[in-house]
Amino acid sequence: MRLKLLFLSCLLLIFICTSAFTQDEAVVADSLETTAETISPAPATSLTAIDKPDDHGHGIDLSWELSADDGGGLMSVMGYMIYRATSPDGSYEARSGLLLNVTAYSDVGAMNEGENDYMPDYTDYYYKVRALTTDSAVFADSEILGPVQSFGQWFNWKRLSVLLLVAGFLFLTVYFIQKAKGGAKLFVRRLAGIEAVDEAIGRATEMGKPILYVLGLGTAADIATIASYTILSRVAKKVAEYQTGLIVPCYDPIVMAIAQETVKTSYMNAGRADAYNEDMVYFVTNQQFAYVAGVNGVMLRDRPATNIYMGKFYAESLILAETGVAAGSIQIAGTDEISQIPFFVVACDYTLIGEELYAASAYLGKEPLLLGSLKAQDYAKACLIFLAIIGFITLMFGYHGIVDFFHVAG
Amino acid sequence: MKRQLPLAMVFIFGFLMIIQYFIPHEYSEWVNAFLMDWMMIIGVFALALGLWSLTRVSWDKVRQKKPNWGYSIVTLAGLFLMMFFGFDYFRHFSTAVGSDNYMYIHFYRHIVIPIQATMFSLLAFFIASAAYRAFRARSLLATLLLVAALVIMLRFNPFLGPLQPIMEEFSVWLLNVPNLAAKRAIVIGVGLGMVATALKVILGIERAYLGKD
Amino acid sequence: MNIFDRIMSFDRRWIFLSLAIVCVVTFMWPFHVPITLSNEVRSIYNRFDSLKEGDMIYLSVDYDPNALAELHPTTYVLAEMCFRKNVKVIFGTLSNLGQGMVDQVIDDITDSVMLDKTYNGVFYEGREIQNGIDYVFLGYKPYPAMVIQAMGLDFRVPFPTDYYGTPLDSIPIMKGVKNFDQCKLVMDMAAGNVAEMWITYGHGNYNVPLALAVTGVMGADMYPYLNSGQIFGLAAGLLGSAQIEKLCDNPGRAIDGMRIQLFAHILIILFIIMGNIGFFVTRRRKKMGGDVR
Repeated sequence: MRLKLLFLSCLLLIFICTSAFTQDEAVVADSLETTAETISPAPATSLTAIDKPDDHGHGIDLSWELSADDGGGLMSVMGYMIYRATSPDGSYEARSGLLLNVTAYSDVGAMNEGENDYMPDYTDYYYKVRALTTDSAVFADSEILGPVQSFGQWFNWKRLSVLLLVAGFLFLTVYFIQKAKGGAKLFVRRLAGIEAVDEAIGRATEMGKPILYVLGLGTAADIATIASYTILSRVAKKVAEYQTGLIVPCYDPIVMAIAQETVKTSYMNAGRADAYNEDMVYFVTNQQFAYVAGVNGVMLRDRPATNIYMGKFYAESLILAETGVAAGSIQIAGTDEISQIPFFVVACDYTLIGEELYAASAYLGKEPLLLGSLKAQDYAKACLIFLAIIGFITLMFGYHGIVDFFHVAG
Repeated sequence: MKRQLPLAMVFIFGFLMIIQYFIPHEYSEWVNAFLMDWMMIIGVFALALGLWSLTRVSWDKVRQKKPNWGYSIVTLAGLFLMMFFGFDYFRHFSTAVGSDNYMYIHFYRHIVIPIQATMFSLLAFFIASAAYRAFRARSLLATLLLVAALVIMLRFNPFLGPLQPIMEEFSVWLLNVPNLAAKRAIVIGVGLGMVATALKVILGIERAYLGKD
Repeated sequence: MNIFDRIMSFDRRWIFLSLAIVCVVTFMWPFHVPITLSNEVRSIYNRFDSLKEGDMIYLSVDYDPNALAELHPTTYVLAEMCFRKNVKVIFGTLSNLGQGMVDQVIDDITDSVMLDKTYNGVFYEGREIQNGIDYVFLGYKPYPAMVIQAMGLDFRVPFPTDYYGTPLDSIPIMKGVKNFDQCKLVMDMAAGNVAEMWITYGHGNYNVPLALAVTGVMGADMYPYLNSGQIFGLAAGLLGSAQIEKLCDNPGRAIDGMRIQLFAHILIILFIIMGNIGFFVTRRRKKMGGDVR
């Protein structure tokens, strides 16, 4: 009987235990789930905040380390949000959207008072990073960091390499100008395109036909257009001396106004102010192909003896130059637009390639001041070649410092 | 004074813009934004100058019955009609609502677009005739140029069969290696030339744009 | 005058005529040209494909009607892709006839997105595109370099109002959008020097992630910027547009146009070969003639 009782007790115990265990598993599982949902995750750590470098102010860079439960531990962290207040226990406002798997954020606000999201400089800010889970009620805040202030910088260190290169180039230019002024003979090779200008003006005079000067599609701010004015002033002076006609159709009104002034002064310098006519330089349109149609019309109607294209040119270059060929004109071109150089080479008699256009003023003037800058360009090129070789060698040995120094960003 | 004032202004504003590039501070940005505004304002006034120039030259041709004066009438008519419709019968000056005008849109879509597209497509014909004239195997270098051009043109040609992928690879090499090397050399030269010219203008060495030798 | 002399003194109008005939005939001949994809175009597509709902991008339509054949297909396909994916688009133009181009794109795409469509196996339900909610068009301002720099500070500096005269601050999608910092990328469709201005001022000053679609002539010029990482993608000419159409599974005028371009290229090659044969024969004859004398 006792044995039977013991057996039954054991059976009952086993049953109870089994059922208890079964129940426990459910409870444990439940409680585990509850733990995962209700236990706050580990917060982000090592929060740092500094004023955003090399900016105009109104920005603070933050960085932190991921929560232990992000990609490990409870695996409960799904992202982060940045909160900011102006006092440690003040009301914190969200400054970012949900940031996934990142450890850095730039809090940048507006610059001007009255704008949305205005973030004044020299104000104490306090930050915390909130690690978020799928349950919006369950999160963990990092320690509060602050105070930290934003302010604008007076030098962008990322652009130091540019400053050094510009300063170096300025030094070279001034040095060679001084040297040339001192009487040193600077050799410059001849440029057929520039030498052909005088010959072309002579031809036009003999034929009794005008010269067409096209300044291109550039604005007055383009260096190619500025260089073109130099050649225009020379051409206008010669034209005035030889009493030939000059036609300068313009694409940009500002370019037109400057070109009028250039031509007028050249005529005055040649002692032929009376021969200057304001309609020599006129505005056509600032529509690329409408301008081409206008200029082509002049070529085919007036049949100029010489067409000179100097400045910025785009897709219209070949249309202009081929029409010039059809009109039987001598053509001289110069542009810094690399893709258009082949078209001019094919269709024109002489072409100034790239920097030769800029050098034209030095060739025409032969002044020491201008020749000096040409020499400086040559030496700067040598320096750049040297730097490129150094960069290449250091990269081969796995050192990126030099290349990174010359990488300008932002 | 008439000569010195523009030179002084060029010097001051030129250096201001150079320095501005290195200073990220908001005061520097303000100077930049201020100068940008002025550029735009000057640009708009200059447009009026251009308009005046075009009108005067064209009107003179019509008035004096110079050769081909009929084209000038077309120019003036086109200019003022588009302006008239653009202002939406002079009701909207300050916004772009004028360009929603029925006639403006129709002139734009059915005259301006086809004419411009036609002018641009002329390029294809001129390229063909220029290529015919220029691509001659006169020397070794000219032959290399000719071969490179043929490879680039044929790179996506499906008629080449198994040769096509080779052509494509070769053309990518041509674009990325010899083409880039030559372009970079020219770009560096152009870049330095630009800096040199800009410095010459700022320092007052280059003055031809003021009409001075 | 024999045939070779004739070849050497060929009237270029014959070239023009042959090219015109080839273009017209191939335009009408329904022949499919297989499009080969390049990495620089693929990277544009990949970046657009990775955009998520609610992201914002800037599409700069910097071309006039003259470059329409080459660049319009890219603008159409990318704008449609963004609208389908519910990506917000800021349209702008730095080309003075570009306003009409953007107008046309918006009009046509708005109609197209109304229809259900499946691209690359993904079904998109048709929906209405709304100004101010799905896109904003800033309009045009002259002097592109300055406008890009000003937009880098704040879109409101060059464009206090949008193209239609609505203040930017009262446009829903511009809330909280200040400058390029809020744009995932800038895609510039350009004919002319505006592309380089975007590189110099947009990428150089404000580090914007930039991709370019340019005309065929400009293509080779842009490769240095691709290698230096200043642009993340490049689609050059009609071929670039055709590749984008193929990647986006939205065939249109560019893929159609490739047929014409292919045969025009073949014709030009034939003329070049003909010119060279004439050149060699006449040169040889001259040499031989010289020897005899």
